Amino acid sequence: MSTTTTSPTTTAPTPARPRVEVPPIPATRLVAVELRKMFDTRAGAWLLASIGLTAALASAAVVLWAPDEAITFSTFGTALGVPMTVVLPIIAILSVTSEWSQRSGLTTFTLAPRRGRVLLAKGVGVAIVGVLGTLVAFGVGALGNLLGAAVAGVDPVWDLSLAEFLRILLAMNLSVAVGFMLGLVFRSSAAAIVGYFVYSFVLPTLSGLLAAFQEWFRDLQPWVDFNLAATRLYDVSPTGEQWSQLGVTALIWLVVPLAVGTVLTLRSEVK
Amino acid sequence: MPARVAAHDAGPMITIESLSKSYGRFTAVDHVSFTAESGRVTGFLGPNGAGKSTTLRILTGLTPPSSGTALVDGVRFADLPNPGREVGVLLDASAQHAGRTGREILTVAAATMGLPRVQVDAMLERVGLSEDESCRRVRNYSLGMRQRLGIATALIGDPRVLVLDEPANGLDPAGIRWMRDLLRGYADQGGTVLLSSHLLHEIEVIADDLVVIGNGRIVAQGTKAELLAGAGTVVRARDRDGLTAALAAAGVEHTVTPDGAVLVQGEAAHVGELAQRAGVPLTELRSADSAGLEEMFLELTATSQREGAAA
Repeated sequence: MSTTTTSPTTTAPTPARPRVEVPPIPATRLVAVELRKMFDTRAGAWLLASIGLTAALASAAVVLWAPDEAITFSTFGTALGVPMTVVLPIIAILSVTSEWSQRSGLTTFTLAPRRGRVLLAKGVGVAIVGVLGTLVAFGVGALGNLLGAAVAGVDPVWDLSLAEFLRILLAMNLSVAVGFMLGLVFRSSAAAIVGYFVYSFVLPTLSGLLAAFQEWFRDLQPWVDFNLAATRLYDVSPTGEQWSQLGVTALIWLVVPLAVGTVLTLRSEVK
Repeated sequence: MPARVAAHDAGPMITIESLSKSYGRFTAVDHVSFTAESGRVTGFLGPNGAGKSTTLRILTGLTPPSSGTALVDGVRFADLPNPGREVGVLLDASAQHAGRTGREILTVAAATMGLPRVQVDAMLERVGLSEDESCRRVRNYSLGMRQRLGIATALIGDPRVLVLDEPANGLDPAGIRWMRDLLRGYADQGGTVLLSSHLLHEIEVIADDLVVIGNGRIVAQGTKAELLAGAGTVVRARDRDGLTAALAAAGVEHTVTPDGAVLVQGEAAHVGELAQRAGVPLTELRSADSAGLEEMFLELTATSQREGAAA
């Protein structure tokens, strides 16, 4: 049986459509698309709403249960931090993992095959969400502070300096970055979310136990416990040494795995 | 960036050259080479697991090849500045976020390509998804609706090349007819279509060129006319032994099929002359059409599936 291509068929060849010069996809467009994809599903919309909802719940709890002298803006700030460090990282995780868990990456990475650019756009997108989400949460907290002061019949206390606020903003975005990193490392929603809870709840407990019972670990702990170093950001004013500890632990627990996860994702097969 | 060869000057639109992909010791794609020309529909045919999807994923930059190259219009897919505007791709209609609406998926794709929003409505209408259907979430879509949405995503950038993996899956007969007409029209306007299928008849009615793959290797390729011409002649006679003796005497290769017909590797006219000279009256004499291709395809399927004997 003849199975090789020989001559063209008798039909006149149709002229190929001429190539139209297409400009490359700008990075800003990729960021806008990735932001849109974070919130255009029902789950995404609920996560977005939950930024405001959990902030309102945390503020309400402070208004209801905190003693009058504790009705200050920084109390609200501390209360808000807890739900934000859960909701914001989950948005970051799903932004990455849904491409694999929901397999939408097949479309995403054929429309924008330079994956590094897509990952960068996602990273910028979750950072924007981290900053805006924190701002919204603190806006809700400010309303709570006014309301709480009115209920308690005291003057509202605005005891959060800009520097303190910026440090909290940094802490929030570090947890967002951890979520993003875990998304890249696992590329599976369930695994990355479990990973995040291990990171923020299991590891700190183990580290605390180890420090409590093992002499040799006690001095080492501040230099290896990322969570401990990050909580210093909520302190009144971290020392230079504490900043160094934050840098060292972030390098170990965030930067290195982020690099590994990025390389894995760039090389992986999208199925 | 590599120099781009203008398509209308020369050369096929899609060039796959000695492409291989191994997973450990398993070779999914083994030195595959073929081309797809503009103005033609190229059918990529093979049984399930033959390496079709892997080849198409390598072509579209989703899977890194172990060796070899896959180029679209002379460049790697990943080097296209805005690939959605040049190559429409549908690899798996079900690979979409189940929680997005069909309209939203198309809107996101259009936004990535930098297209105006109005094209989304026009495209939804073109692929036959109603306003109501487009606002449903994809988890509630039938496979046929997902295929239509996938086709819409592939077409919306008005590309010159279409790469479609099993696009007819899940479509009803009217949908298959619609798809066939759409692809035919697309190729007639100078577009390049590369589509895969594991169904011979589906490919046969639409493709101009065929590339047949089995166990990761190309086993046949050429224009449809060539491949069908190579299929030989079906001939029947009451005196079958006389017929086969005449064929054997003339040195013509032939086989007896289970239903008693003789499949001859030769032109019908030649077979007729031989029979007349031998004085054997024929009861049937016709070109085998796809019979030979089908037999080859069945053999392929048999060797690539464990229940080979049944096939």
